[in-house]
Amino acid sequence: MISTSLISAFQTLLGKENVLDSEADRHSYAYDAAVLEPVVPELVLRPTTSEQLGKTVALCFENDLPMTVRGAGTNLSGGTIPTKEKGVVILTNGLNKILEINEQDLYAVVEPGVVTAKFAAEVAKRGLFYPPDPGSQAVSTLGGNVSENAGGLRGLKYGVTKDYVMGINFWNAQGEYVKSGGRTVKCVTGLNISQLMVGSEGTLGVFDQIILKLVPPPVASKAMLAEFDDIDKASQTVAAIIAAKIVPCTLELLDNATINYVEAFTKAGLPTDAAAILLIEVDGGHEALVEDDAAKVLDICKKEGARRVVLAKDAAEKNKLWEARRNALPALARARPTTVLEDATVPRSQIPAMIRAINKIAEKYRLQIGTFGHAGDGNLHPTILTDRRDKEEFHRVELAVDEIFDVALSLGGTLSGEHGIGLAKAKWLEKETTRATIIYSRTIKKAVDPKYLLNPGKVIGG
Amino acid sequence: MTQDLHSLARMLMELDDQMVACMKCGMCQAVCPVFAETMREGDVARGKIALLEDLAHEMIRDAEGVQQKLNMCLLCGSCAANCPSGVKVLDIFLKARVIVNTYMGLSPTKKAIFKGLLTKPALFNSLLDVASKFQGLFTKPASDVIGSSCARIQAPVIGGRHFMPLAKKPLRKLVPSMSTRPGKSGYRVAFFPGCVVDKIYPHVGQAALRVLEHHEVGVYLPAGQACCGIPALSSGDKESFDQLVLHNLELFEKEHFDYLLTPCATCSATIHEIWPLMSGDKKESLRDRIQAMAERTMDIGQFLVDVLHVEVPTQGSGTRVTYHDPCHLKKSLKVSEQPRALLRSNPTVQFVEMAEADRCCGCGGSFNLQHYDLSKDIGAQKRNNIVASGAEVVATGCPACMLQISDMLSQHGDRVAVKHFIEVYAESL
Ligand SMILES: Cc1cc2nc3c(=O)[nH]c(=O)nc-3n(C[C@H](O)[C@H](O)[C@H](O)COP(=O)(O)OP(=O)(O)OC[C@H]3O[C@@H](n4cnc5c(N)ncnc54)[C@H](O)[C@@H]3O)c2cc1C
Ligand code: SF4
Ligand code: SF4
Ligand code: SF4
Repeated sequence: MISTSLISAFQTLLGKENVLDSEADRHSYAYDAAVLEPVVPELVLRPTTSEQLGKTVALCFENDLPMTVRGAGTNLSGGTIPTKEKGVVILTNGLNKILEINEQDLYAVVEPGVVTAKFAAEVAKRGLFYPPDPGSQAVSTLGGNVSENAGGLRGLKYGVTKDYVMGINFWNAQGEYVKSGGRTVKCVTGLNISQLMVGSEGTLGVFDQIILKLVPPPVASKAMLAEFDDIDKASQTVAAIIAAKIVPCTLELLDNATINYVEAFTKAGLPTDAAAILLIEVDGGHEALVEDDAAKVLDICKKEGARRVVLAKDAAEKNKLWEARRNALPALARARPTTVLEDATVPRSQIPAMIRAINKIAEKYRLQIGTFGHAGDGNLHPTILTDRRDKEEFHRVELAVDEIFDVALSLGGTLSGEHGIGLAKAKWLEKETTRATIIYSRTIKKAVDPKYLLNPGKVIGG
Repeated sequence: MTQDLHSLARMLMELDDQMVACMKCGMCQAVCPVFAETMREGDVARGKIALLEDLAHEMIRDAEGVQQKLNMCLLCGSCAANCPSGVKVLDIFLKARVIVNTYMGLSPTKKAIFKGLLTKPALFNSLLDVASKFQGLFTKPASDVIGSSCARIQAPVIGGRHFMPLAKKPLRKLVPSMSTRPGKSGYRVAFFPGCVVDKIYPHVGQAALRVLEHHEVGVYLPAGQACCGIPALSSGDKESFDQLVLHNLELFEKEHFDYLLTPCATCSATIHEIWPLMSGDKKESLRDRIQAMAERTMDIGQFLVDVLHVEVPTQGSGTRVTYHDPCHLKKSLKVSEQPRALLRSNPTVQFVEMAEADRCCGCGGSFNLQHYDLSKDIGAQKRNNIVASGAEVVATGCPACMLQISDMLSQHGDRVAVKHFIEVYAESL
């Protein structure tokens, strides 16, 4: 239990309305989007200024309270599930100001609680572009994005969140202010701490300000949808497009199972007998160039054996082509009560092997799995449809997840392309890396957070 | 007490199959008007469902705390309309309100209103008639364009609201009943004006009747209609709700018609969706009757455009009119284009879209009474969007939205008139 005097200290610091200690309030911060057991925090704190954030961290440190920072709580790996003993949740949604958008020097400075899509829209108003677009962007926060190194549909061409982080100022475990990186394209002052913070899931510091790189937006784009009756042909098509030195901004794949779920849900007339469909979009700074690339990609699709390719003529048609991809998750999520959204990622060329393995695993464990994802970067989302209340079936799900990771690793891939490690995957980390990697990471953690108060147990366990 | 919590939990377990569909993705945070103001997880659908699950699984003890969160909701359905997992959020919330509020007991005022008044339309109406005669003593006109009044003396119930006065003569006095045969159109409809139209906006009802007459649609308007029941149900009073449903059902079953029309988005959604939803505990024969009535219920704008196929010429010029999508029309019934088409069809109207036209106005029935400050904050965003559109008239399809929007505009001193789309359409005939 947290003492009443400590609670009043937080109330004095943050105002009564920003210290949530009622049972109902605490219970609503016990979970995130991962399918894991909830843990109810002792206290939920909501600082609204940078100074309050720093003092909150310091006060937690002095009183040995483990802190879990929470943005929108949409991560899929349990990164915001608080610690069992004396766990405190620190909300960032009161820190949601865009501090600067610099059109001359192409950067922006934001507080961590700014919502991704709102930021992207603000940037777009000024004729600039912030590309990382996770599927959760309508709610996810930039702090959460940086902390998970979130990706998105545009990863192949535009990179992921880490490619846009120029600097991070954060509060360390003790509540002291650390500055890293800066506003210049070139900056080699000190260690590259910003990039250490990217993907750290709240275990190394609490972000206060993030400096993000902006780029000029593409002026034209063209989308097409290609159907294949053989997953290998789809994969060869992807390889051939890249070999032709064209980098599409989107290269999404839906496997046969997913196509069928989407069709059952939308009745849009999708080819339910196709082994895969690819949604391909090219964009660029010049209309003619984009037309040219689109024509080349169309040729490649046909040459590599697509049985049908549809090219969108205008924005409305493009929107229509996207419909299938947009409905992938909604269709899968509706099929069964529980949706386990996985994130195994393999080198591009291994996609057919991976999908075949997933289908075998589905058969072996008698499970429904639909796979979709970012074919361009090998980041697949095998989505297991189940009912977590059915203990026996859920056990099979766990076995299947283990095996999916084993296959991904054996194909030279990784546990997680973008959803993070959190609590859910911490136990597999050593398998992909080495014992020494874990020890090295924990040594860093111990050095900067000797009391183990910053989101303990996440990523590197311990 | 613990024994009681146990039985409460058991009742809530009925909702488990629906609740488990929530995958806790958090996407509802993007659209919930209440969350946008409070930024508290317990106020958004994901949080409320999690709390109900905790209550159902006996993982939380404070049932009252959960009830408070549950009532912190406009029942606007924005979350359900955007939910990737297709969770039937409103079904869950309404049923949970009935279960939790039955367990906790209704507040004495609500009990008096629902059990004593709403279910007895004759008494309710006569009391309001008296009130309408005296209201001039307590209020002074606030805005001549909108026609609202604000409290002349600071009565606590009225607070700082600029509310619409009760009509001098309610619709039921102006048009006590009707039963006409279909003309050229070949259709005959029943007309359910709803309480707010009856008591505050009778001219909206009259405009609707004029439009139906113009298109030679036969009308059945029985005397003695009662409220659709949603205020009682959303406060968890299923008993009063059931009485109201039965009363109206029997009344309307007396004559034949093709469709039951209302000019109130909330009434349409309630009869069309909530009546059948809440009829699970009834005998099959009654369930079928409710279902049959529900299927024939339709918004008046949808009827004109989709069934009558009235001529809707293109954009006119003149008065700038914008449109607010009532949640219960767009999100519940998926009606959004038809009212716009009717507005555009008026040659003296220049239709302009406002930003976020489908953003909730913040009324939410009794939410407005319980959480007026919050309701006002949500409404202020709507008001800003209306004003920014440059419109001289804001039209909508729900009298409850009209009340809320009038309140917001009037408090800011904006000279924007608030109308029902059927009035604007009627003006063009
Ligand atoms: C429907 C859906 C679709 C998704 N699609 C994608 C996708 O396409 N690509 C992708 O990469 N991910 C995706 N995700 C996962 C998730 O949305 C991302 O990981 C996102 O970046 C999380 O942001 P958040 O604000 O919700 O962070 P949270 O979940 O609140 O937090 C995530 C982590 O960041 C830490 N954190 C948050 N703020 C701070 C701070 N100020 N300082 C230090 N640490 C902090 C937290 O402690 C936690 O460990 C999806 C999730 C859902 C539910
Ligand atoms: S959007 Fe739907 S599934 Fe997602 S958290 Fe909200 S209610 Fe649950
Ligand atoms: S119904 Fe409206 S107010 Fe209630 S939770 Fe859903 S979006 Fe929020
Ligand atoms: S929904 Fe509202 S306006 Fe319509 S009848 Fe019921 S109480 Fe009256």
